[in-house]
Amino acid sequence: MTEIHVQLPGLLTTVQDLGREGFGPMGVSPSGAADPISLRLGNRLLGNADGSAALEMTLLGGTFLFPQGAVVALTGSDFAATLDGVPLELWTSVEVSPGQTLRLRHTRSGARCYLCVQGGIAVEPFLGSASTHILSGLGGFEGRALRKGDVLNTGPTAGSFRKLKLAQQGWGPLAPRQILRVTPGPQAHWFPESSQQMFYRSRYRVTEESNRMGLRLVGPHLNGPIPTGFAAEMVTEGVSLGAIQVPHGGLPIILFVEQQTTGGYRKIANVIFADLPSLGQLRPRDEIRFELVGWEEARRLLLEQETLLAAKELIVE
Amino acid sequence: MSDVRFQPASDQSLLVYFGEHITVEAHQHVLQLLRLLESEPIGSIRNLHPAYCSLLIKFDALKLGHDDLEAILRLYLERLEGLCLPEPQQIEIPVCYGGEHGPDLNEVAAMHGVTPARVIELHASATYEVYFLGFVPGFAYLGELPAALVTPRLTTPRRTVPPGSVGIAGSQTGVYPFATPGGWRLLGRTPLQMFRPDRGGTSPKSLLSIGDRVRFQPVSGERLAALEKA
Repeated sequence: MTEIHVQLPGLLTTVQDLGREGFGPMGVSPSGAADPISLRLGNRLLGNADGSAALEMTLLGGTFLFPQGAVVALTGSDFAATLDGVPLELWTSVEVSPGQTLRLRHTRSGARCYLCVQGGIAVEPFLGSASTHILSGLGGFEGRALRKGDVLNTGPTAGSFRKLKLAQQGWGPLAPRQILRVTPGPQAHWFPESSQQMFYRSRYRVTEESNRMGLRLVGPHLNGPIPTGFAAEMVTEGVSLGAIQVPHGGLPIILFVEQQTTGGYRKIANVIFADLPSLGQLRPRDEIRFELVGWEEARRLLLEQETLLAAKELIVE
Repeated sequence: MSDVRFQPASDQSLLVYFGEHITVEAHQHVLQLLRLLESEPIGSIRNLHPAYCSLLIKFDALKLGHDDLEAILRLYLERLEGLCLPEPQQIEIPVCYGGEHGPDLNEVAAMHGVTPARVIELHASATYEVYFLGFVPGFAYLGELPAALVTPRLTTPRRTVPPGSVGIAGSQTGVYPFATPGGWRLLGRTPLQMFRPDRGGTSPKSLLSIGDRVRFQPVSGERLAALEKA
């Protein structure tokens, strides 16, 4: 077990794993890493279980001292990391010597960077998961984002170091996308044909008000008249991760990892499972588009992604 | 179970609708299916989100498709009739209405052409059923509001609503457990903590559970302050 001293927390740094499923009846959403592909690959580089807890940094990273050293891997977006001033590669396991300081800065690519540590970040689990749910102050490290002076512990490790990295080739399909593939939402037909066409033809911009709960978009309004035969107010129902709901104002919101578990706004579409990790790398002002795919295609893309993630040749010496 | 409708919500979730409107019967069926799936879980189901007249089922999309799940669920549905549910708990929630605690009280009164006092009287007159918990941990959807209080949601949700705020939307009412965004019209605020996390991790306490019966008790600002100190 080794310590991590938080010297600077960054903009929003939280402990995340793959989330807690199964507590929907209490209104508890899964939470978990915004970009689970990056978390899983980071853990694989370290020989951790896929779902070991790591630090998720947002837009601006922190500065961390390792008094006893550690083995770490940075994945996700490029936050200009240095170890005692020496630039550090992403997607590579790195041995940190006792007393060294890891410093991250502003992002140079997407929204989130993961600091994975051999043994994982050790926190008391809440409902079976280490994930922080910021909105309700549950889980993770004291239910909140990290602050200066916090001291984290890592879990037990075998203590061995093998330098591993992500293969140069072959992981292109895992890279974050700006064209998000979607399936029709359960209320797609509550939108007039003109709104549906507008939705698929237009670019939407991610706004500053976006967070782990949802990504608020700006672009063409989707509040055309509701076709006859459909109610003006819908009955609140369960909502899925990646649901694209449209409040009466007409601007879409994509529900994200700390999502509400139920909602009363119409959903025009839903981001497919395989493209959910891409949402975690979208920054404010990024522009996105939506592409409709069928149920079979969505499933094929997921199977393809999982096969790629599980491939032995993805991680090399 | 003739009027059941299945609707894919995403590539990893399926909605089961027991009708398209809030009815006692539809909600009974939701509760029954929820209880049955909790007592006899299906391995590839990852989460359940009950609501008024629907149940959203999240499943492992690597193992199942919508059609596979629908076929399994039809066998469960055949067994719902006659499934017994436990006796509901009765819970009273003190509320300080209006002023800073209920910023939408006057507007709601104006929308219905009645006095704010009448809105309070109506809201506190009914016994509500906890239809389900959703939105955020411990947020209970209570119904139904007296017909004279049915009011649409805000056009644009507030970015943040204080914890304990009591709101209405459509024919629903509920209490916000945490400071969250919210589109319901706020009538008042309660000092009760709706969701207490147990850091041990196994049994967090939600004040309300699905199926409970709830009444609101109007209290003064002084009483609210006293209860908050307690």
